Amino acid sequence: MYAQMVDTGASRLRSREEMDADEQAFQARIDDGQKIEAQDWMPEGYRRTLVRQISQHAHSEIVGMLPEGNWITRAPSLKRKAILLAKVQDEAGHGLYLYSAAETLGVSREQLVDDLHTGRAKYSSIFNYPTLTWADIGAIGWLVDGAAIMNQIPLCRCSYGPYSRAMVRVCKEESFHQRQGYDLLLALCRGSEEQKAMAQDALERWWWPALMMFGPPDADSVHSAQSQAWKIKLLSNDELRQKFVDQTVPQAEYLGLRVPDADLRWNTERGHYDFGAIDWSEFHAVLKGNGPCNRERLQARREAWAEGEWVRAAALAYADKHAAAERHSQAA
Amino acid sequence: MNDARFECLLRLGDNALVLAQRLCAWIGHGPVMEEDMAQANVALDLIGQARLWLAYAGELEGRGRDEDALAYGRDAGAFRNVLLVEQPNGDYAQTIARQFLFDAWHHAELSALTASSDARIAAIAAKALKEVSYHLERSSDWMLRLGDGTAESHARLQAALERLWMYSGELFDADAHDATLVEQGIVPAPQSLRAGWLQQVGAVCTAATLTMPDADAWMQHGGRQGRHSEHLGYLLAEMQFLPRAYPGVQW
Amino acid sequence: MKDWPLWEVFIRSQHGLAHKHVGSVHAPDAALALKNARDVYTRRNEGVSIWVVPSAAITASAPDDKAALFEPAQDKIYRHPTFFPVPEEVKHM
Ligand SMILES: [Fe+2]
Ligand SMILES: [Fe+2]
Repeated sequence: MYAQMVDTGASRLRSREEMDADEQAFQARIDDGQKIEAQDWMPEGYRRTLVRQISQHAHSEIVGMLPEGNWITRAPSLKRKAILLAKVQDEAGHGLYLYSAAETLGVSREQLVDDLHTGRAKYSSIFNYPTLTWADIGAIGWLVDGAAIMNQIPLCRCSYGPYSRAMVRVCKEESFHQRQGYDLLLALCRGSEEQKAMAQDALERWWWPALMMFGPPDADSVHSAQSQAWKIKLLSNDELRQKFVDQTVPQAEYLGLRVPDADLRWNTERGHYDFGAIDWSEFHAVLKGNGPCNRERLQARREAWAEGEWVRAAALAYADKHAAAERHSQAA
Repeated sequence: MNDARFECLLRLGDNALVLAQRLCAWIGHGPVMEEDMAQANVALDLIGQARLWLAYAGELEGRGRDEDALAYGRDAGAFRNVLLVEQPNGDYAQTIARQFLFDAWHHAELSALTASSDARIAAIAAKALKEVSYHLERSSDWMLRLGDGTAESHARLQAALERLWMYSGELFDADAHDATLVEQGIVPAPQSLRAGWLQQVGAVCTAATLTMPDADAWMQHGGRQGRHSEHLGYLLAEMQFLPRAYPGVQW
Repeated sequence: MKDWPLWEVFIRSQHGLAHKHVGSVHAPDAALALKNARDVYTRRNEGVSIWVVPSAAITASAPDDKAALFEPAQDKIYRHPTFFPVPEEVKHM
């Protein structure tokens, strides 16, 4: 997902008896469905895992602006241009809401951004794929935002107050993102043969990376078990992926597009779609930095930050000067 | 007789459209994420304004061209924006200086247009004026912060101001179309906005510790008549490529 | 270089009785903090007032759940999901 394979630092899930009194009380509050707030006591592992997860999520929003941002200047109508610009701007907002939430845990934005730029922090694998045609903008909204929503709706109920509140705000905005993507593809699929081919090509390139967004099967992962116990992960990767496939396949059919999976079929017994095996070697390669656009994405963010340094410094210098002047005039 | 009004609407619409297109290129690449949000808001406002002006222009023309036909179907020579807005983004100082010089004029122009004898122009101007008041506040804020920030930011902004200055004179040019429309009470006389603009720009420059370039310096002209700088062709090539590669389809 | 300071943002929406905490922004000074708050937190609903407070000045906070966004330009209706008709046959979007 936007936060993939988050390390909890746990080597195994500990039983209640192994926890000290503080930890027991903390776990009891979570089990009781209470929200943890920034000033509350929390185990160090919980805090560190949250910082990792929320910042990965924030980085994904910000890096995610780049592949779509590519097409703002090339959108084919003024209405689509405004819609895409508003959508990408929302993603910047999501990044900011999430950095805010992470900052309540005692890390600075500068630190978080630095972790991204030096490669210590990760962001979602999906944003390392290129946007080659206008139809890719539709595919991202429909599939990528669609997958994100699937993951973010349960996170609105997560145990950490600032994170859950940020998710509530994000989810309100996401539905527009998915719909504008689908609407864009619908226009292409109702258009010329060339437009429809463009849509089909986009689905073929984005389908599997979208399924990979949910991360490798984690039913047996100790990190997932720990995150679920802390209620900062609510459903397993495979559960979410299945929900996504079940929801999305009929939508593809309505568009008249073919999902690129020969093994895809409805399983009446399970009441779900069966689908083909995912190539996890590609996922791991992309995560390691070898996706088609990893270097470009990181470089773009680093450049923006480095070239903006003098601007940020100027604004601070101005604020300092004028605060000093004000103190002086008040003293006089 | 609607020719002059059509021209005037293209000028208003193209200014907004071309500047918005420039700002769009910043999204995801700004100096701080909060600025990405802000630039996107300004660009969204301007795209909205461009759509209103161009849609009206198309209706007046009566040849079935809508906002998109006008935005995507004209070559550079048919664009009527001022040279200032098509100038490249450059560094953030150049983007801010361009925005401020334009905003200060835009605000005055729209204020006058709210009293236009053309009710639709007056209504669009009234809506746009609210948005542009905010643009002007923001770009003025940044003029102060960069001008009176660090030595580096001061030098960059002073250089940007000097580079862009020769494109500011065109904002106050008048031609036969203007004369017709001024007489009908549809638009203000361009020159009538100049003194106020110079005063406002001068005041912000002073507060920002910048030296305002000479008001009577040599100025470039021609954008409003369709004679543009080299930059506009590239901007349009990027903006228009999809409808041109796939003509006649819906998006 | 140090970060721009952090400001907590409180917004009173049209129907809200009191200002509500909505999150935070970074800004070099109060004037830009207000503008950044407007640009980040008020892109959808009409609001009537924003407060920004240096985060460092807050001793205890009770952040509120209710989102209070406001809308600078009501014509941006495409931001709302209902702007896009979803075909009958396509469920759950
Ligand atoms: Fe998002
Ligand atoms: Fe989104």
